[in-house]
Amino acid sequence: MSLKHHLISPLIGNNPITLQILGICSALAVTTTLSTAITMSVALTVVLCLSGGVISLMRHHIPPSIRLIIQITIVASIVIVIDQFMQAFMFEMSKRLSIFVGLIVTNCLVLGRAEAFVMRNPVLPSVLDGLGNGLGYSLILLIVGALREFLGTGGLMGVPLVTTVAEGGWFEPLGLMQLAPSAFFILGLLVWLVRVLRPEQVEQPEFRLKAAEDRRP
Amino acid sequence: MSELLIKSIFQENLALSFFLGMCTFLAVSKRVDTAVGLGLAVIVVQAITVPVNYLIFNLLLIEGAWGWAGLPDVDLTFLKLVSFIGVIAAMVQILEMTLDRFAPRLYRALGIFLPLITVNCAILGGSLFMVERHYDFEQSVVYGIGSGVGWALAIITFAAIRERLKYSDMPKGVEGLASAFIVTGLMSLGFSAFSLVTP
Repeated sequence: MSLKHHLISPLIGNNPITLQILGICSALAVTTTLSTAITMSVALTVVLCLSGGVISLMRHHIPPSIRLIIQITIVASIVIVIDQFMQAFMFEMSKRLSIFVGLIVTNCLVLGRAEAFVMRNPVLPSVLDGLGNGLGYSLILLIVGALREFLGTGGLMGVPLVTTVAEGGWFEPLGLMQLAPSAFFILGLLVWLVRVLRPEQVEQPEFRLKAAEDRRP
Repeated sequence: MSELLIKSIFQENLALSFFLGMCTFLAVSKRVDTAVGLGLAVIVVQAITVPVNYLIFNLLLIEGAWGWAGLPDVDLTFLKLVSFIGVIAAMVQILEMTLDRFAPRLYRALGIFLPLITVNCAILGGSLFMVERHYDFEQSVVYGIGSGVGWALAIITFAAIRERLKYSDMPKGVEGLASAFIVTGLMSLGFSAFSLVTP
């Protein structure tokens, strides 16, 4: 396992959202516009890298029985710093992200990586793993955020790209895209796409009906 | 009060309109009986932690809370994340021990779900919403119960739909996760119709 592998593999092959099913809550909630998606991606990637580094440094000193509490406390301290930073320098954005920056504490991606990778690896691979997973997470967030904002409002980053019907153009904004359900649909279709391209990611069902099996080529 | 209860169960359902607790929602919804167990555990923990966190926030952390000790300018609100997650972890631990002592059957039924609740973002999210919306004590009790019931309702319904989905013949890539997302999306659409419900 080379260092590059830690960085590249979470992008598509082992993507945290589409394959590991980690960190989905925030991925869905902050993607109504591209700018919130970008901010959230940056914040989560920073937290992942920092917490990876810090927890990895301490991994030999953490008693196994209370490791979850210690990991959560470390992550929470890092998140508080980020939260305070955003409130100080990007107040409008922190209002729009509402409680979701705070919820990075319980983002299963951060704890999942800490538990699965960081506790058993030295600092450099841990930070790279954090960066890779952060980028994989960001990739999905950016795709979903861009799609939802473009189809929902006809612009990106608040800049209109096509003229909407209300302004005399041809583009009818799809109001559904600004509502909660659209995030699920887009993510579902995205997972489908990834699994068509990478059939090895399809999970094996517990059982298969015989009739369905016969119809399959 | 009843308005807040209805609102937190249906219109502002934590799972389906705020996407909180989605990881557990997708991972532990393959069977109805486990979903019922997890749903019950979430209701209990949520109903306890939201009011307790209300008390901690308003008696210890809010600006001026230390006025009686001669420290009127101390503002500890930035500590809310750490203290809330600590309270939640402690509450889950206490609940686990109490159930083990007094209701061993329920304890065994809930099994691994209790510790999982600590990292369920619906629980922390409920407490953070309570702070952000400035609920008073009564409202936070009602909100805790309501949001817990809403989450449980969502996961139990979803598990029931998923059990039936096993028998459907879907394209290869859609089976499993992709279909789960799309079904959740449809459920979320359905729940948004509840916004017309007023007590």
